[in-house]
Amino acid sequence: MGQVKSLADLRKIKEELQGKMSLREKSNNPESLVQVKVAMATCGIASGAKQVMDFFIEEFDKRNIQAVVTQTGCMGYCFAEPTVEITLPGKEPVVFGYVDTRKADDIIEKYVKNGELVEGIIPVNYETIEKK
Amino acid sequence: MAKYKMHVLVCGGTGCHASESDTLLENLKTIVADKGLDNEVQVIATGCFGFCEKGPIVKIMPDNTFYTQVCPADAREIVEEHLIKGRKVNRLLYVDPENKEHISDSKHMGFYKKQLRIALRNCGFIDPENIDEYISRDGYEALAKCLTEMTPQQVIEEMKKSGLRGRGGGGFSTGLKWEITSKSVSDIKYVVCNADEGDPGAFMDRSILEGDPHSVIEAMAICGYCIGASYGLVYIRAEYPLAIDRLKTAINQAREYGLLGQDILGTGFAFDIELRYGAGAFVCGEETALIHSMEGLRGEPTVKPPFPSVSGYYEKPTNVNNVETFANVPVIINKGAEWFASIGTEKSKGTKVFALAGKINNVGLIEVPMGTTLREVIYEIGGGIKDGKKFKAVQTGGPSGGCLTEKHLDTPIDYDNLLASGSMMGSGGMIVMDEDDCMVSMAKFYLDFTVEESCGKCSPCRIGNKRLYEILDKITQGKGTRDDIDSLRNLSHVIKDTALCGLGQTSPNPVLSTIDNFWDEYIEHVTDKKCRSGQCKALLQYYIDPENCVGCTACARNCPVNAISGERKGIHVIDQATCIKCGACLEKCKFNAVFIK
Amino acid sequence: METIKLTIDNKVLEVAKGTTILKAAKEAGIHIPTLCYLHLKDLNIENKPAGCRVCVVEVAGRRNLAPACVTECTEGMVVNTHNIRVLNSRKTVLELILSDHPTDCLICAKNGNCELQTMAQEFGIRKLHYEGEQSTYREDTSPAIIRDVDKCIMCRRCEMMCNEVQTVGVLSAVNRGFMSVVAPAFEMNLDHSVCTYCGQCVAVCPTGALTEVDHTNSVIRALADPTKTVVVQTAPAVRAALGEEFGMEPGALVTGKLAAALRRLGFNYVFDTDFAADLTIMEEGTELLDRLTRHLNGDKDVPLPILTSCCPGWVNFFEHQFPEMMDIPSTARSPQQMFGAIAKTYFADKINVKREDLVVVSIMPCLAKKFECQRDEFATNGNPDVDFSISTRELAHLIKQSNIEFNALPDEDFDNPLGESTGAAVIFGTTGGVIEAAVRTAYEVHTGKKLEKVDFEELRGMEYIREATIDFNGLPIRIGIAHGLGNARKLLQDIKDGKSEFHAIEIMACPGGCIGGGGQPLHHGDSSIIKARQKAIYQEDANKTIRKSHENPYIIQLYEEFLGKPLSEKSHHLLHTHYFDKSKDIKVVE
Repeated sequence: MGQVKSLADLRKIKEELQGKMSLREKSNNPESLVQVKVAMATCGIASGAKQVMDFFIEEFDKRNIQAVVTQTGCMGYCFAEPTVEITLPGKEPVVFGYVDTRKADDIIEKYVKNGELVEGIIPVNYETIEKK
Repeated sequence: MAKYKMHVLVCGGTGCHASESDTLLENLKTIVADKGLDNEVQVIATGCFGFCEKGPIVKIMPDNTFYTQVCPADAREIVEEHLIKGRKVNRLLYVDPENKEHISDSKHMGFYKKQLRIALRNCGFIDPENIDEYISRDGYEALAKCLTEMTPQQVIEEMKKSGLRGRGGGGFSTGLKWEITSKSVSDIKYVVCNADEGDPGAFMDRSILEGDPHSVIEAMAICGYCIGASYGLVYIRAEYPLAIDRLKTAINQAREYGLLGQDILGTGFAFDIELRYGAGAFVCGEETALIHSMEGLRGEPTVKPPFPSVSGYYEKPTNVNNVETFANVPVIINKGAEWFASIGTEKSKGTKVFALAGKINNVGLIEVPMGTTLREVIYEIGGGIKDGKKFKAVQTGGPSGGCLTEKHLDTPIDYDNLLASGSMMGSGGMIVMDEDDCMVSMAKFYLDFTVEESCGKCSPCRIGNKRLYEILDKITQGKGTRDDIDSLRNLSHVIKDTALCGLGQTSPNPVLSTIDNFWDEYIEHVTDKKCRSGQCKALLQYYIDPENCVGCTACARNCPVNAISGERKGIHVIDQATCIKCGACLEKCKFNAVFIK
Repeated sequence: METIKLTIDNKVLEVAKGTTILKAAKEAGIHIPTLCYLHLKDLNIENKPAGCRVCVVEVAGRRNLAPACVTECTEGMVVNTHNIRVLNSRKTVLELILSDHPTDCLICAKNGNCELQTMAQEFGIRKLHYEGEQSTYREDTSPAIIRDVDKCIMCRRCEMMCNEVQTVGVLSAVNRGFMSVVAPAFEMNLDHSVCTYCGQCVAVCPTGALTEVDHTNSVIRALADPTKTVVVQTAPAVRAALGEEFGMEPGALVTGKLAAALRRLGFNYVFDTDFAADLTIMEEGTELLDRLTRHLNGDKDVPLPILTSCCPGWVNFFEHQFPEMMDIPSTARSPQQMFGAIAKTYFADKINVKREDLVVVSIMPCLAKKFECQRDEFATNGNPDVDFSISTRELAHLIKQSNIEFNALPDEDFDNPLGESTGAAVIFGTTGGVIEAAVRTAYEVHTGKKLEKVDFEELRGMEYIREATIDFNGLPIRIGIAHGLGNARKLLQDIKDGKSEFHAIEIMACPGGCIGGGGQPLHHGDSSIIKARQKAIYQEDANKTIRKSHENPYIIQLYEEFLGKPLSEKSHHLLHTHYFDKSKDIKVVE
């Protein structure tokens, strides 16, 4: 990195750098953002969860949606892998099954952007330690 | 450029460092690389998270998992379970002491709930050795704003409006100090950062320098702009090697980026910073002593006035601020004085960092808004008293402060309230004492410290504190009289009245405040020759309960001074005149026959 | 001048801005006791670390008490110097100091002359309310000065003298807290440091922490030894100060009584160092003219300026600090040593006494003289030219011990041949005197003309660095004068940097010259005493019939009978010396 010669320089650098840090910044305040949890246990990975997760991360970035994408363990819906849990700010989490990149695109466009549900919702929720 | 999916933040503060967090960091990095995840997972060292009691701390983002007491050996499990499989490692999660539940997100932990981190905003969040991470969090934005959009006077006004007061202990208005220095006419002026943190148990300055060195650098440059100085000095204790390293790295990075040096941001403003090492003398935290030490002289205070803002380093106007004070500055500029002034109490604005120590569950570094009560700090953040014991007192302000008791628990903490209660803010040390602590011994402990740390320049401090210590020692030895308590009082007042610098003027505070708040304990020591907490060994007497003694002779055999007599299978007796109160008999007796009275 | 109105003890005062409470009170006739504070007004020396805290006063509206010595008056200030709070604090502080001070007053060297003792007496201290451990240190005895720092009260006067005035830098505070004390670095012994033994630390020490090595017993023993012939010489500055020890006004001249007292003490011959001062002028003046002439004749290797060398503190100073400039000072020995060398050769032969049986005692205003007479180069076969050097103070003790009522003594003369002296010799005792004496002789020798006026006012005074140009019949001779080693350092630095324009420079280690020497009666901070002594010295000069060294008949006789001429081989052997590079002699012991 070269010298910061002016305020404009500084702001430019900052913008470039913020992408790198956004993951940490966002996770400080996930409640106000779209939270996506991709089940990344063996079953999930075998069914392509990794590609799905990458897709979410990249697409949110491209489509300028403030979201936190995290991985999580097996949700127990191994039959429906890859499974993804989406929590919109202020709403209950919703779990989608059989998510591939095409479906992920659908979820982003319909559910995340407009709150329209898409096919493949797994209606049964589960509890985590924190929610006990 | 790798787009990381996960960030693993490992605490690199001195506390966690001492518990091998550096090895842990290396292990994590190696295993992540072995698993081929180094393009997806970024592992970095950060500054202190503050929760030192539970260190080493590892935080995983974005899922905000807060692992405590992580050993180097835990690295594999974290990588394999959490990073790869997404399963949190439960055994490393914080357990709520109340309901025994595992808490994964630090936000839900009592320790963090009430905190508001301004000075510590970046500690435990960014990599202190990476200026980019600082910049990405508005770093140097405040400096840029000052240099390009504000006049020095406007910045000073903003600082004054914010109500920020010196965090080193004095509590003098920072804006006003800057203004006075800016008005001193001189060809050369200096900005000095006082990083000679010396209160026993206090480590907020170290943490800030270790965790967010750029915030101090940026603030010093802003101060330089305001007062017309192009030269800054950080006086830092040589015992802070990690802070020194990080600060040096940060200064070099800032120079590379042109944020220190000539013509900063094309504005023509020049500023650079050098380090000066202190040899660990408490008195060098006093600004005139600090300046003399920097000049290569003996670290001794001189009478003020002249204040350093008029005549300081090499007799040039010098603005001395403490690390924590500086750390607040960029935020004030970025978010505005009004925002800052909205936090805190009427006369004490913003937050204050405290180092919680002593008999408290959550030992560590915390930052709370001014006006938070001692009760909130001790019970909610600090998690209450260790081992369910009873709270007795809390010493604030270190050796210069006093101890506060039960009746002060609901006092909102700010400069003036603490002073009115007979203590002081000091640099923010907070040592909690429980029923097992003897208050006379506590006063003695602090006097021992001040006697050791006095520079010896003025007679009341050099000799008076020694005499205070000797009287306290006499009392804890069971040889004190009522007159001794009066002597303590008189001498304390004279020392406060006549000592040269802040160290001497405040050194009797622990004595006076314990006499005021724990008069009964003093009286017990001198008249009943008793120490209720059992801390004053000389006042204890060991006895053997004839009911329980079976005559096993274990006590007599282990007594180093043959103070115990008795036949085998007969009842044993301790000769009080010979007993040295070592406690060996108590330890050896298997029948609970030995007791202390 | 901007003034300030304030009230001290209900008196309304108007003082100049910047005046301290202490000075304002003094002007108003209010005495505020001080201990660490020292102000030698005429020498422009001030010590105000505000460390002892004895001078605290109450300032209305101020949280704590204010040290009067450094607190400046402000408009409308209301000061109380003796209410109960102030008196209690002051007394407690003094009691604290006393609680860490040995109580061997009766056998202390400063008994009766100790500022701490006086203050305890004034305060009416009868009981110490706070007693405890005392800080103790190793005693350090050097050839001239004893450091018994158990008695140090950290007033820092010695430190200020050693560092700021003398720039020798041996003494400074070491250790922390209760064990703080003023000492050489690493608590080395003085004789392993660059100490010059100027004794200015001793001159200002308020207690018995710094005292001279006492040789009075050795003198008494020599006087009692029937096999010894004991000769005494007394330096010019002694006669202008000794009277103070016997209650006389500062500046009282006691030359006659001094000679009488020495005679009654039992010295076989009562001589005068002034005689040797005249001899010094003959040698040093000739050396000056010799160097000057060679220089004027184009010999650029001849070092100029020439520096005087009669002050032993100064000699120690340049041997330690400016070893590369050792060819600049005159090689002439000091008057004390010239006297010793002549006494143990010329005079011993004259009275037919073997060198070993002749004891030479010197009475000096100086402590460095004690060291000087112990230098190896001033001894023959281990027998020193001067056996014992005692200070003015020690002489006073000796007189008191010997039941001599000094004030009732008649005026007597010195013995001959080594007791006759001129006015030029007397003024050796003050700053500027040596060079004035040298000018009187050098002028006449160089120009061959008689000086109409021997008083060179332009060379006199108390200014630290003075310069004057003396017209040597068309040849302007540039003279420099410095007293106090810090000022000497400045002139030396100029020479080193090639900026000096002087032909000759006089240097005296002590402020004021020998009249302010480390062995003189203690001035206790009153510098007017030193001025009065200076006045007395010039008075003595004016009273003399012969005022030029080369006109001293016994000097003329000495050259005729013994030495030949100045700078002769015999002179070189007996009256000149060489210097040693001592810059690397500093060693850390233990």
